[in-house]
Amino acid sequence: MSHHFVEFKDVHFHYPDGSPALNGLSFRISHGESVGIVGANGAGKSTLLMHINGYLLVASGSIVIGDLRLDKRTRQDIRKKVGLVFQNPDDQLFMPTVFDDVAFGPLNLGIAHDRIAERVAEALGTVGCLKLKDKPPHHLSSGQKSAVAIATVIAMRPDILVMDEPASNLDPKSRRQLINLLKVFEHTKIVASHDLDLILDVCKRCIVIKDGRVAADGPTKNILSDKVLLEENNLELPLSLQNNHEQNSTSIEKNIPKENTAMNELEKLNHLLHHWKEHNDEHAETYKEWASKAEQLGKNDLSAALNKIYGAAKNLSSLFDEAMKKSA
Amino acid sequence: MFDTEFFNLGYLDRLSYQDTFIHRIDPRIKLLSSFMFIVAVVSFPKYAISGLLPFFLFPVLFLALGDIPVRFILKKILVVSPFAIFVGIFNPLLDGQPVLDVLGFTVSLGWVSFASIMLKFSLTISAALLLIATTSFPGICFAMQKLRIPKAFVAQLLFLYRYLFVLMEEAMKIVRAREMRSFGKRGKELKNVVPIIGVLFMRTVDRAERVYNAMLARSFTGKLYSTKPYALTTTDILFIIASAGLILLFRVVNVTALIGKWTIG
Amino acid sequence: MHMADALLSPAVGTTFWAGTLAAIAYCSKRLKETMDEKMVPLMGVLGAFIFAAQMINFTIPATGSSGHLGGGIILSVILGPYAAFIVIASVLTVQALFFADGGLLALGCNIWNLGIYPCFIAYSLIYKPLVSYGATPGRIAFAAFISGVVGLQLGAFSVVMQTLLSGRSELPFGTFVLLMQPVHLGIGIVEGFATAGVINFIKSARPEIFESTFSARPLAADISLRKVFVGLLIAAVLTGGMLSWFASTNPDGLEWAIEKTFGKPELPEHTQSIASSLKKIQESTSFLPEYAFKKTENTEAPKKEEAWPNVDAGKSLSGVVGSSIVIGMVLLIGFSIKAMRRRI
Repeated sequence: MSHHFVEFKDVHFHYPDGSPALNGLSFRISHGESVGIVGANGAGKSTLLMHINGYLLVASGSIVIGDLRLDKRTRQDIRKKVGLVFQNPDDQLFMPTVFDDVAFGPLNLGIAHDRIAERVAEALGTVGCLKLKDKPPHHLSSGQKSAVAIATVIAMRPDILVMDEPASNLDPKSRRQLINLLKVFEHTKIVASHDLDLILDVCKRCIVIKDGRVAADGPTKNILSDKVLLEENNLELPLSLQNNHEQNSTSIEKNIPKENTAMNELEKLNHLLHHWKEHNDEHAETYKEWASKAEQLGKNDLSAALNKIYGAAKNLSSLFDEAMKKSA
Repeated sequence: MFDTEFFNLGYLDRLSYQDTFIHRIDPRIKLLSSFMFIVAVVSFPKYAISGLLPFFLFPVLFLALGDIPVRFILKKILVVSPFAIFVGIFNPLLDGQPVLDVLGFTVSLGWVSFASIMLKFSLTISAALLLIATTSFPGICFAMQKLRIPKAFVAQLLFLYRYLFVLMEEAMKIVRAREMRSFGKRGKELKNVVPIIGVLFMRTVDRAERVYNAMLARSFTGKLYSTKPYALTTTDILFIIASAGLILLFRVVNVTALIGKWTIG
Repeated sequence: MHMADALLSPAVGTTFWAGTLAAIAYCSKRLKETMDEKMVPLMGVLGAFIFAAQMINFTIPATGSSGHLGGGIILSVILGPYAAFIVIASVLTVQALFFADGGLLALGCNIWNLGIYPCFIAYSLIYKPLVSYGATPGRIAFAAFISGVVGLQLGAFSVVMQTLLSGRSELPFGTFVLLMQPVHLGIGIVEGFATAGVINFIKSARPEIFESTFSARPLAADISLRKVFVGLLIAAVLTGGMLSWFASTNPDGLEWAIEKTFGKPELPEHTQSIASSLKKIQESTSFLPEYAFKKTENTEAPKKEEAWPNVDAGKSLSGVVGSSIVIGMVLLIGFSIKAMRRRI
């Protein structure tokens, strides 16, 4: 199993008309993180997203996703790892019925036809839209369309979920539902949006892009309470933080970041531990399968050795549990 | 006018997703029986009238069993009638020989053939409308694919259907913006319409680009798959046998004349 | 000018369906061989564009009526004729279903009339040879205009032919042609202007759309004019040939031609031999028992001069009674189903 991180290293990109869009962009997002991407219009957010799934290819610098360096040859494979949800669900949902649309990706991945229905049901169930299965997309409400658009991507079981303005055009209730939905996902998440409250709710980490470069990178609460930084980037304090500021004086403003930083770092650590433990559990199961396979083949000594590895992996899991308890 | 057309289209589309006995019949069966029906109706000779009447049983059954509003369908038939009327109306003008006496009035052969055209027109047009009102468009496409219509064409129909409503809405917004500032006739001249269509076109091309992106993001490699596992049910088989039988019966035997003779004695 | 089911005979309807299906199959095959996968969404969305654009109408100068954009030429310019034909066919299919434009049997004729002529004759033989790579806006406008007009003229003429071959209408050939062609000349001119305007608008606003299109293969400049003449010549020969053939043959000749073409022993409903064929039908079946027709020997004789002494009151009465009962029964069935469904 590969470890799905996303790494941009000094990425440059120019549009055909010569205007630079990315100008030495560098960051690394590791497995299980949830990262918000914010910035003014034209800062390079969309260009960044178009690079993540290989629609655009870098002019200079490199993008590595998991164990693959993104180029013309690998982009098909990278698209299997990276699920990209587009801003406008009408662009994302291009098939005549919801079912066909959700089935589109899995079919392209070569999933057997008899297992497609199951996959589709699972993905639609996750976003709570199973009953919309046979409807045409133009009969759905905006909120339903957004949810189904996400289902079309998670049906492909990507490792990394990338979203462009997921809540634009949604009424407040649908937006709230979407936020709750996103919170539940355990994928690595990358969300580009102007909706800073959404970023605050969904993402632990936030990257500010300016002129095709990273202008700031850190825990969301720190970044999004930095009034100066935000104003420099045509952004505003999220509403949920604005009230705080009006009611309490500036002294608190200074205090919050420090506490928050510590808390956030810890939270992040806990989160990471959680994910790596999950990984470890998965690995352990795999070793066990190998052991039983070896047994079937009559290789008892190999089976015993593999079982030992399984035991050790199980031990490692309990160590993870311990560490998690202490970091909680 | 644009608004009405748009909402009518949406309404008809919504009707097709109802769940009634007629809606549940397999699309292939409905497509085939509609074609049989139309060919049978059209195959009646120029002066047929009474023989056509029993065929009205089919649209009436579709309307009643499929919960389709009668007035809506009638209105739609009226809207498209001008061309048939335009061509047909020459028949009474050009062919004035008297042919029969109905309750004291002499009717010319031209009127008979005109009436026949209008009867056929109502029957065939309502067949098309009721087919789409009781069968979802993707269902019809599926039926076409099963009937060996080339895949490229079926895929084209499905995409067209998907973006029809999206683009109509976009066009409607542009048209509304134009109406708001055009005060009557002004603003509808060709020179003002060209940029509107041009802009709509460019937006469309951009959209195609985004859609293509979305397809690529989901591993599109140029192939469109279909997964419909439909199988014909006993009801479907019975339906096609019954409708084929009735169509044949009505075509070969003039039921109206028989009933007339039998009543009069 | 959508052809309608009610004006068609099954033979003409199915023949044109066969032709249209063959054209669709051929174009699909051509597309499969050469297609860029990017074309799939582009074609689909452009189909929807044509559909929507046709609903944006404009006033036709001096008439007060309104016209709309015909799609064939624009689509051919962007997509090439094969893809354009598939798109036009899909637009007409959706119109036939949702707007009931024409009907399902006539759809074959309509795709033929509005697809084949603009895409394969007007575009391929007129527009493309005229517009070589990097042509001036004036030349593009001229080419779009001419090809738009020619495409529509051929389509209108085709409607006339289909109607006459079907024999449901009394309209004599000459009158019908004189009605249809000038009307569609007017429409064609306006559509031609619209097409030319839109193509030039896009070309100046977003030239890259044209450069990346799938039909833009530069042509050698020296052959262009010759190709145009060949195109116009073919169009003229086609029109003129059909015209003169139609004019010169007598009705029996036409019947013979139909028989040869469609393999049907007779089209009894044909205009010129109504009486004799009606008699035949009456003898063999009972389609029209309530009409007491008088046998006329001479098909060419003006029938109005003949007296019709034997209008059989009894028979026509039985027809009226039968009809009323049938209509009554059909309505009764409909209402009772409705009533039953409501109760459930």
